[in-house]
Amino acid sequence: MPREKINIPCEIDHLSILSEDGEADEELVPDLAEDELLRMHRSMLLTRRFDERMLSLQRQGQIGTFAPVSGQEASQIGAISALDQEDWLVPAFRETAAMLWRGTPMAGILIFNGGYNEGGRIPDDQNDFPIAVPVASQLPHAAGIGYAMKYLDDDRVVMTFFGDGATSEGDFHESLNFAGVFGVPVVFVCQNNQWAISTPRERQSKSKTLAQKAVAYGIPGIQVDGNDVFAVRVAANEAVERAREGDGPTLIECVTYRLSVHTTADDPSKYRSEEEVEEWEARDPITRFQSYLIDRDLLTEDDIESLESEIKDEIDDAWDEAKATMSDLGDPDDMFDHVYAELPPYVQQQRENREASDGEDD
Amino acid sequence: MAELTMVEALNLALRQEMDEDESVLVLGEDVGVDGGVFRVTEGLLDEFGEERVIDTPLAESVIVGSSVGMVAAGLRPVCELQFSGFSYLAMHQLESHASRLRWRSRGRYGVPLVARMPYGAGVRALEHHSESKETYYAHTPGLKMVIPSGPRNARALLVSAIRDPDPVIFFESKLAYRAFREDVPDDSETIPIGESRRIREGDDLTLIAYGGMLRRTLEAADQLAEEDGIEADVIDLLTISPLDDSLFTESARRTGRVVIVHEAHRSFGPAGEIMARLIEKSFYYLEAPIQRVTGYDIHVPFFAREQAYLPSADRIVAGAREAMYAR
Ligand SMILES: Cc1ncc(C[n+]2csc(CCOP(=O)(O)OP(=O)(O)O)c2C)c(N)n1
Ligand SMILES: [Mg+2]
Repeated sequence: MPREKINIPCEIDHLSILSEDGEADEELVPDLAEDELLRMHRSMLLTRRFDERMLSLQRQGQIGTFAPVSGQEASQIGAISALDQEDWLVPAFRETAAMLWRGTPMAGILIFNGGYNEGGRIPDDQNDFPIAVPVASQLPHAAGIGYAMKYLDDDRVVMTFFGDGATSEGDFHESLNFAGVFGVPVVFVCQNNQWAISTPRERQSKSKTLAQKAVAYGIPGIQVDGNDVFAVRVAANEAVERAREGDGPTLIECVTYRLSVHTTADDPSKYRSEEEVEEWEARDPITRFQSYLIDRDLLTEDDIESLESEIKDEIDDAWDEAKATMSDLGDPDDMFDHVYAELPPYVQQQRENREASDGEDD
Repeated sequence: MAELTMVEALNLALRQEMDEDESVLVLGEDVGVDGGVFRVTEGLLDEFGEERVIDTPLAESVIVGSSVGMVAAGLRPVCELQFSGFSYLAMHQLESHASRLRWRSRGRYGVPLVARMPYGAGVRALEHHSESKETYYAHTPGLKMVIPSGPRNARALLVSAIRDPDPVIFFESKLAYRAFREDVPDDSETIPIGESRRIREGDDLTLIAYGGMLRRTLEAADQLAEEDGIEADVIDLLTISPLDDSLFTESARRTGRVVIVHEAHRSFGPAGEIMARLIEKSFYYLEAPIQRVTGYDIHVPFFAREQAYLPSADRIVAGAREAMYAR
């Protein structure tokens, strides 16, 4: 009975196409139409400005705690843009860019962050799951939707997002394992933004990459420069195609960085240095993509200026709409809505008693 | 004696217990470098080092499950679960093992771990950061469920929890974390787990509350005294399980009228058990139906409506009047 070597794939690709100063490896640049490129750029810029606005609204006490996405726009837009509108998105809690790409109204996001459940209503024309706050808990749902697609002979695919911290949870491993065993059409997009609140990436796992965790589950895994929208898009295209062809799930690790706070309740100066943040600011996914587009004459400084003012107006309008909606949402009895399809009689009674006592209470 | 917030008082308890007993250690997400997201473990890493103040990977099941292993080898882990809304990932370890290992091993292995976690609404937080599900744990034999209401009793109860031979689930009210300060003695003190306390005396009515709802209940008691001349006996449960029914039984027999307040959902909540005990032991003394003023049987709404979900002092007063005047 000899001791033998078992051959398992033990190399993981790392893909990077667009350098920090906007130089591209033309061989590898995905073949995308001009309007698609511009739409991707616009989405990334819109996300950044929207994020900045929400941060200032939060600081003024106008909305509550939320998780900023700045720095991760390429990871999300590069990946989500590979989906068709009919496909499924299963987000975590930091997927503002992906959600905006899918068509989620900014006003809805503002209402959600303004403390009203109504903001979480998923538009009827989006096959998207709501925000999932418990880390990694959405991944089994993605696996299940994938199973259903396969069962129903439906060629739609599922894309789900999560962080580096999420890879430590059982739900991550159980989902990858399930997805591998049943060969379901799911693209697992890990945004390794180096931090899980104050916990650094090295403390989540001893493995050199997060992508290699795919190997253990017998599915393809790839690591990409997550601040390079082309690299992410290429990896996502491959994974989506694989899923759509019936060849099962893929794990993509996007190496990126959370430039802002974890959430607005967090103080990053307790655990990371300014120098580290500056290093990553130099790798900003938006400026990098912008220089590429400018170099190719697809975009001019003037275009960017008018885009900025267009975006500002759009965000202003969304905030006006959100404020107007929220001021009409005063009725606290709405909190009884949607807990059940039909309220049990004694809960209905609680609602009515509350309503009746409201006058005396306030 | 120092004036401390509940956060500072809990920190003091951890510091002193770690100082005194080398087997005590702290583990959880962001408890080290960050000092915990609410800063309860602030400074402990510097004082006691990485081996005793452990920033774990993001995985609740192994935080609690590894603690079960540690206790078998003689350590006394104090786990922090970042919010009680994420403790369900550890529910399996708590129910299947922490609560049962003593029983399963026929007394060979006790499980003296503590699982601390912030609970409750009222601080404008996100979904899963506002709930009050003490029933889940109180319903499990083998676990103890403790909920302090202020800085001083929080410190004393945490010390007791760390020294307790059985697993203690320790809920910390976010509403009470920094809302007020109390004198906390420098020297360590304890409150026995499983003992409730009377914190206001009265003969007309018994008000039973705990945790984040205690202060509102006291406000309501003051309002009742002022506006209706009703003097309420107020009992702070402090421990939900094992439930101390001696004090409220005595009180209910004297007043004949009882209101129970909690922010947990109404149906199958702790008030239901307290009412059952009252009916078992004080039925013939009751003058009016027992009232519950609780959270509704719905998920805690996002923060714009959370105050409408929570029992307010006004709702407690209304419940008390129902108990006093209802015919
Ligand atoms: C199960 C669970 N445990 C703890 C938390 C609290 N929490 C929210 S985000 C977070 C860190 C997540 O890190 P990562 O997965 O890397 O995602 P990122 O925040 O970096 O986007 C933690 C610990 C949670 N939401 N869910
Ligand atoms: Mg992260």
